[in-house]
Amino acid sequence: MVKLRRTMMYVTGNNPANIMDAHLYGSDSIMFDLEDSVSIKEKDAARFLVYNALTTMDYGDTETVVRINGLDTPFGRDDLEAMVRAQPNVIRLPKTETPEDVLEVERIIQEIEEKVGIEVGTTKMMAAIEGPLGAMNAYEIAKSSKRLIGIAIGAEDFVTSIKTTRSSEGIEILAARSQIVLAARAAGIYALDTVFSDINDDEGFINETKLIKQLGFDGKSVIHPRQVSLAHEVYTPTDKEIKNALRVLDAIEEAERSGSGVIALDGKMIDGPIVDRAYRVLELAKATGVYREEDQNE
Amino acid sequence: MELKKIGIAGTVESSDISIIIEPTDKGGIEISLQSAVMKQFGRQIKEVIEETMKSKGVKNATVRAVDKGAVDFVIKSRTLTALYRSADIDEYKWGE
Repeated sequence: MVKLRRTMMYVTGNNPANIMDAHLYGSDSIMFDLEDSVSIKEKDAARFLVYNALTTMDYGDTETVVRINGLDTPFGRDDLEAMVRAQPNVIRLPKTETPEDVLEVERIIQEIEEKVGIEVGTTKMMAAIEGPLGAMNAYEIAKSSKRLIGIAIGAEDFVTSIKTTRSSEGIEILAARSQIVLAARAAGIYALDTVFSDINDDEGFINETKLIKQLGFDGKSVIHPRQVSLAHEVYTPTDKEIKNALRVLDAIEEAERSGSGVIALDGKMIDGPIVDRAYRVLELAKATGVYREEDQNE
Repeated sequence: MELKKIGIAGTVESSDISIIIEPTDKGGIEISLQSAVMKQFGRQIKEVIEETMKSKGVKNATVRAVDKGAVDFVIKSRTLTALYRSADIDEYKWGE
């Protein structure tokens, strides 16, 4: 079944209450942050807390991600030493600008895996692109390591570095978002969108989620539990979409049975991409629990 | 681990614990604890603090702790942070 990454909830790495509860809100992933949400003086404390949480807590099916500090800070190397041992599902690199940034982290991860006896390649990575150079290099970054499960856009830093601000329509990050989706799809990995900062603006959040879904993103980062169900709803196929997907597949089956070369449904030709989309709708429907294979036979 | 100065870690927010470790020359590890769940968990909280300190080879220290409902891994994390700060060490031995 397709792995869902519709929502990745930010959890401040130095907050015990949030670290213990984060997986209870139903997001597909939780991201423990050691970077921007932790003050310089508390980096050591957050690292101990997240390390001990990961080696103690059972987060069930929720994917665990840790955002480390960059290797250009005094904290990045220690974050890796601790987190590769703690084995979250994914380690997220901040402010990735070049494929070398990924390879440098990968080299250290491998070194630690070898040192502590973890099978090389076990530790997965995700790269956040937060500046124009990273956006320009998105494809090179996306295909730089087999450990990468996805690339994400971080918009706050991005808009600052291109000398603008965030708007509700998001026109200023459209180019970067498009670049990132294309790069991720070309590399065969996940494309993940940035946060929507106003936790009281449900309508704005839903509109943005619809936009990024339409652009092709697999999901987005969220900063509050209330955003989780809103995003999941946007990503859940409707009954109409499911029925249409099933009809497409029925038409394919029928055409194969009758030996017909050209397949039509409601007067429109069905070709490869339409069939692929139908499969994608059903996979998403199965993964979100709104459709079961056996339903088809009822 | 040799303690050199007062080490402070944690907060008094819900689910956290504030730990202050002060080096001493003798007298073992002396822990004074304030906790809303003192009757039920007081002994256990002190045990986690003491075990964590002993695992780092600390034999003498005064510890003042204010607990706000921290679970074991939080107590351990805050104690370790305070210990490393007290010892003024930033080379960590992960996985031990």
